Amino acid sequence: MKSSTFEKTAYSEIREQLINGTLRCEDRVALFLERIREHAALNAFLEVFETRALRKAQEVDQKIAAGTAGRLAGMVIGIKDNLCLEGEICSAGSKMLEGFRSLYTATAVQRLLDEDAIVIGRLNCDEFAMGSSNEHSAYGPVLNPLDPARVPGGSSGGSAAAVAAGLCDAALGSDTGGSIRQPAAFTGLVGIKPTYGRISRSGLIAYASSFDQIGCFTHTVEDASLLIEMMSGGDPLDATTSSVTPHRHAAVLEDDPRPKRIALLKPALDHPGLDPAAKAHFAEVVEALKAQGHHVEAVDFDHLDQLVPIYYLLTTSEASSNLARFDGVHYGYRATGTESLEELHKQSRTQGFGTEVKRRILLGTFVLSAGYYDAYYGKAQKARRMVRNWTDRVFADFDFLMCPTTPHEAFALNRESADPTVMYLEDIFTVLANIAGIPAISVPTGLGKNTLPLGTQIMAPAFFEEQLLLFSRQFHSQFRVHN
Amino acid sequence: MSDSQDLSAFEPVIGLEVHIQLNTRSKAYSADPAGYGERPNSMVGPISLGHPGTLPVVNRAVVESAIRLGLACGCTLRERNEYARKNYFYADLPKGYQITQHTTPICTGGSIGLGAKHGGKRIALTRIHMEEDAGKSLHDLDPFHTLVDLNRAGVPLLEMVSEPEFTSGEEAYAYLTEVRRLVRYLDISDGNMEEGSLRCDVNISVRPKGQSAFGTKVEVKNLNSFRHVQKAIEYEFERQVTLIQSGGAVQQQTRTWDSVQGMTQVLRSKEEAHDYRYFPEPDLPPVYVGPGWIEQVRTQMPALPEARIERYTVDWGLSPYDASVLVEDKAMADYFEHLVALHNRPKACANVLNTQIRAYLNQNGVELSEYPVVPERLAALLECIESGSLSHSAAFQKILPLMESGQTAHPLSIAEAEGLLQDRDEDRLRPIVLEVLEAYPAKVEEYLGGKKGLLGLFMGEVMKRSGGKADPQLSSRLVQEALEAQRKS
Repeated sequence: MKSSTFEKTAYSEIREQLINGTLRCEDRVALFLERIREHAALNAFLEVFETRALRKAQEVDQKIAAGTAGRLAGMVIGIKDNLCLEGEICSAGSKMLEGFRSLYTATAVQRLLDEDAIVIGRLNCDEFAMGSSNEHSAYGPVLNPLDPARVPGGSSGGSAAAVAAGLCDAALGSDTGGSIRQPAAFTGLVGIKPTYGRISRSGLIAYASSFDQIGCFTHTVEDASLLIEMMSGGDPLDATTSSVTPHRHAAVLEDDPRPKRIALLKPALDHPGLDPAAKAHFAEVVEALKAQGHHVEAVDFDHLDQLVPIYYLLTTSEASSNLARFDGVHYGYRATGTESLEELHKQSRTQGFGTEVKRRILLGTFVLSAGYYDAYYGKAQKARRMVRNWTDRVFADFDFLMCPTTPHEAFALNRESADPTVMYLEDIFTVLANIAGIPAISVPTGLGKNTLPLGTQIMAPAFFEEQLLLFSRQFHSQFRVHN
Repeated sequence: MSDSQDLSAFEPVIGLEVHIQLNTRSKAYSADPAGYGERPNSMVGPISLGHPGTLPVVNRAVVESAIRLGLACGCTLRERNEYARKNYFYADLPKGYQITQHTTPICTGGSIGLGAKHGGKRIALTRIHMEEDAGKSLHDLDPFHTLVDLNRAGVPLLEMVSEPEFTSGEEAYAYLTEVRRLVRYLDISDGNMEEGSLRCDVNISVRPKGQSAFGTKVEVKNLNSFRHVQKAIEYEFERQVTLIQSGGAVQQQTRTWDSVQGMTQVLRSKEEAHDYRYFPEPDLPPVYVGPGWIEQVRTQMPALPEARIERYTVDWGLSPYDASVLVEDKAMADYFEHLVALHNRPKACANVLNTQIRAYLNQNGVELSEYPVVPERLAALLECIESGSLSHSAAFQKILPLMESGQTAHPLSIAEAEGLLQDRDEDRLRPIVLEVLEAYPAKVEEYLGGKKGLLGLFMGEVMKRSGGKADPQLSSRLVQEALEAQRKS
């Protein structure tokens, strides 16, 4: 099964037909529902909101007829299973929240619904968004639609697989250390993680609060731009959101002929883990940029190998606290037959969480404990500030910072390793943007040695989504034609 | 226990941690309502319940309460306020952590005065910080289950930590009394210890007098009245001294006060102490308390007791004693000021509050907030006395009790119904006056001869013959006029 099998129409390409009535939302939803059934083996959807989606499609068709439809009228989206939708189950890919129904809707999802997007279902993911292969879901692994023997990446693997397989127009994911960009690269999609604080996290089940950010998977940068604009902006329910004016979608559609100053992350290109085919592909990308007149320059960075340790020390610390609420008392999984409150806590958490989640909770608990805090958490915080200062310096001289999104193509399922840090190194090129809080996008630019997609990552200064998306659109169009 | 002889060789070193539950309308980090005495689990939304995906947002009213208290205590206010998570598992802590302040408390320094009885001693404050309350675990309502009420989860608290400067339970009692008065004046808390609005933990150690090093510290919790705080301190002092004198050593412990047995008991030892794994709260950016905000809060601060005493004595002419009695309780001072605003006779207002109303409150064992007569109606009564429609005695002995028992008519209507209205009709009173003078010709002669004191006799007769209703002032004038008329004739 190769990518050509799948419908890859972007929303922006069919919107006109929806608005002039030649395509009906209800028919499109029915078609997607049919495809979802056909591709059930991918295990991308944990639940399909059939009734809800058809009802909303009918409502949007009426609004289109009345000329009152919103800017996402009829866009069919799937949401990662860690985003809340009132009345629906949200389980974060965990047995801990099996059957748990949200009391409210995530701000980001609500903003899309308000613009008449249609939510068609919830998508599989690594448990509590912890993982880089989507093999850590309590509901089974997701298969890569481009090669079912391979992983789609993670943690937002279900979101990537669903869009890549044409089961919906776009999907929401969350990105804490690369959980959108890496699966987007593995499935040939555009995946963006906006600036930290750009999109409200209210209703996103927290993994690591100071890293988590909602973003999306789309076939095109245009669609990504539209979705990100709709979700962006301050939210009274999330004190970490910024009220900096979101980018204008229209501006992203204008051409910008000016050459850019582009920094390449040198140690990423020299990294021993970088697959030669991926390295060669990236060299082609660089040559193409130079040929267009952009100024491209490799910049050194001494701490690439420290990024993953910094990331894991801080994210597991926050996770150990964020996941304390799953204690078997108020909601979610509860162990039976326990004799005391402490035993109830212990057994519920032991039975309800998967191995990877427990590993990270234990690591974070250790990092924060008395006597170790300064040596680990405190030091990692300082290192995080140093990394931020470094990106600030880079962006004083450059418009963008680029490197491959991942060291290689999608890898095989069940690539078991006794050492979990092997999997942690999958994030080596992506965690930088989360540590620094800057926006980053993965754009599909070519194919690797197994003719599976490779992505190029572009990072920009905080809140420069407009420039990032505009550049990425031009960049992507070049490589779409190219491929 | 040992006798006092032995105790006198030692001194206690005591510090207090007071948790002040704030009276904000919503919770510390959410818009869920905050309130006491509501149906269990009725004051909760997804945030109070700690549901997945929920995030805290700082309630500015909590920061303003902290600024108020800080200004009133002369603290240094911190500009950049960070929040921290204190992690522990308990059934009534839905998030598994409490959002508090750790290394950056909003207030540092400052002090609380213990009052004249303690020679004006002031207790220095270490810090005041903002945090949220947990819910309540109810162990005694159901024989087989512990029930959890999350109404209190997320309700804002200020934790006020003193320096270890107390040397007796009495001082602790005076401190708590002052803290309660202060928070009520600042209108940041109802200050009711019984309802848990003020909670106090005691840190106490002992040392031989003259020694500068501190002894081993014991923390005492579960103190739900000022009296228990005082008793627990006295008990612990004796326990620790006796332990040392008998060759033992004080263990670092957390103990709980058993009010039934009047003793402290071990809750947990040092080894069992929690590791709270504090770290900066990533969901809340720091809150900046700048000079502009502080000034804005300062201008909105209610007048504190000292300022009110000055106004009452200097501007309104009250005696220092009357003034200080009124300001003891903010509710009383507020009632008084409200009353004066309606009836501009501060002395008369102070008198009725300090005598009649205080007597009512004492007899009925109620707070001023439960006093049935609102200032508007009391002012109307005072107006009737002022205008002469009611005598002082009729007003306070007859009419006010009827108003207190629930009569809602205007005092004049009540007086009329009870036949207590003063007669101010000159045409009706003048014949009575003449009748009295005719009945006592000899006394009239004596009066005219200079025995002015006889006026009281004539007045008494007039009151008697008018059935007690004659307006005294008016009658007095009529009697004197009639007497002077006789002198001329």
